[in-house]
Amino acid sequence: MLTIEDLTTDYGPIRAVDHVSLEVPEGSVTAVLGANGAGKTSLLRTICGLVRPTSGHVKVEGEDITRWAVEEIVRFGVAHVPEGRGVIAELTVHENLRLGGLWRGRDAMPLREIYDLFPRLEERADQPASRLSGGERQMLSIGRALTGRPRALLLDEPSLGLAPVLVAQIMTMVRRLADTLGLAVLLVEQNARSALSIANRGIVLNLGRVVAEQDPQKLASDERLLHAYLGF
Amino acid sequence: MTKFIDLTLNGISTGAIYAAVALALVLIWRSTRIVNFAQGAMLMFTTFIASAVISSGGSYVLGFVVALASGFVLGGVVERVVVRPVENAPPLNAVILTLGLYTLLVAIAGMIWGNSPRSFPAAFSLHGYTVGGTTLLFTPNDTFIVLVVIFVAVLLALLFRRTTLGLRMRASAFAPEVARLLGVRVGRMLTLGWSLAAMVGALAGVLVAPSVFLGPNSFDPILIIGFVAAVLGGLDSPPGAVVGGLVLGLATSYVSGYEGDALVPLAALVILMLVLMLRPTGLFAATRERRV
Repeated sequence: MLTIEDLTTDYGPIRAVDHVSLEVPEGSVTAVLGANGAGKTSLLRTICGLVRPTSGHVKVEGEDITRWAVEEIVRFGVAHVPEGRGVIAELTVHENLRLGGLWRGRDAMPLREIYDLFPRLEERADQPASRLSGGERQMLSIGRALTGRPRALLLDEPSLGLAPVLVAQIMTMVRRLADTLGLAVLLVEQNARSALSIANRGIVLNLGRVVAEQDPQKLASDERLLHAYLGF
Repeated sequence: MTKFIDLTLNGISTGAIYAAVALALVLIWRSTRIVNFAQGAMLMFTTFIASAVISSGGSYVLGFVVALASGFVLGGVVERVVVRPVENAPPLNAVILTLGLYTLLVAIAGMIWGNSPRSFPAAFSLHGYTVGGTTLLFTPNDTFIVLVVIFVAVLLALLFRRTTLGLRMRASAFAPEVARLLGVRVGRMLTLGWSLAAMVGALAGVLVAPSVFLGPNSFDPILIIGFVAAVLGGLDSPPGAVVGGLVLGLATSYVSGYEGDALVPLAALVILMLVLMLRPTGLFAATRERRV
């Protein structure tokens, strides 16, 4: 579904992503773990076209989308939920949601379905997004990405700044979305345990390089590895 | 009392023109965070084009439409050719480029049409209404000006608030990167924003031309007051631009009526200073918390 081949990204002299290869099949969650500055966000920003890679390829269902413009990549079905959530504070909740599906035209996911998934958003539909709490913003951001009926979902630190209860809720929701919609989810997290609890595959990044790629249960019990790269 | 009414009506009419100029500046500031110093030259240029159409036998309506259409095209071209290449450079680069464009357009207009001001026809009579024996300063043409500007302002409000195109344009203005991540073709929205802004500017040009005469530099004073109006309204609020325009129109009308024409630019600058000192974000500050 989503295939990353030997992807390398440089910011000037700094190598942010270093020959990363990975595969996210349909209906699965791949967790990418790593400390601050490990290159997780850079990896996602390269995949969705916000940053140009130095070398390597990004493919979606066999199609090479590596050097496409951001909006064309999105229109090909790769939705990115950025770190800090990227909610447009000046627009209402309803407007934010509609915006996500505009490019799909009539095939956009009806907002009814989004509101069924996240009832809190319906209660706040006509309020500016600036009034939402952190958890609500996260829901809005994910819901908004879904309105375009993506095939792949890139999530950048959805647990950031959320209470543990909310983190668990969001993770359960992500798992359910992968299962019911057949989404290929690439989940970037510092919160290793909650990410691994729902993942099919776990990858650890350090200094832009893949240092471990394993079954999530094994990874979660590998104290030495987690301690070395994530500081647990 | 008649004088006060006269000055008030006159202030509303010139205020409508300032509002249109301020709207043109605000639309561009909102979408690209650039103060378009070329706006005065752009609307001068499109008014000259209208004047050429009318003097070569075209009707006023044709000239009017041509002015708006050429404004639309000119705005889009300027965004693509002048602004787009420096999109990722510091904003000052684009501002300096608009200053350069101002000089360029003024020079070209002088070369084509000459530097001596020419008259420009009005849409309707310039003889004031007569009420109970006294003739007011307010003319049928002023009515036309006010109605056209209200019409355009309402149309813009509907476009931004009620259409999906407007939603895309607002998103592109507020958060370009997020908008792109949602599949919005931000580049096209910015071009369209410039086009619409320049079209509103072109409108102000043809509306004000009958009362200032048409020359390469004749719109400069109006642009300065329009800029003050935009700042007064908060620089990124279209309703603020309209209110700012009306306030400036009334203020300058009273000043010129009671104190003399010569004080008008001074009054505008005093208002600008007061706004910047007392309420730097403008009356309609839209600057809220941007990102969390």
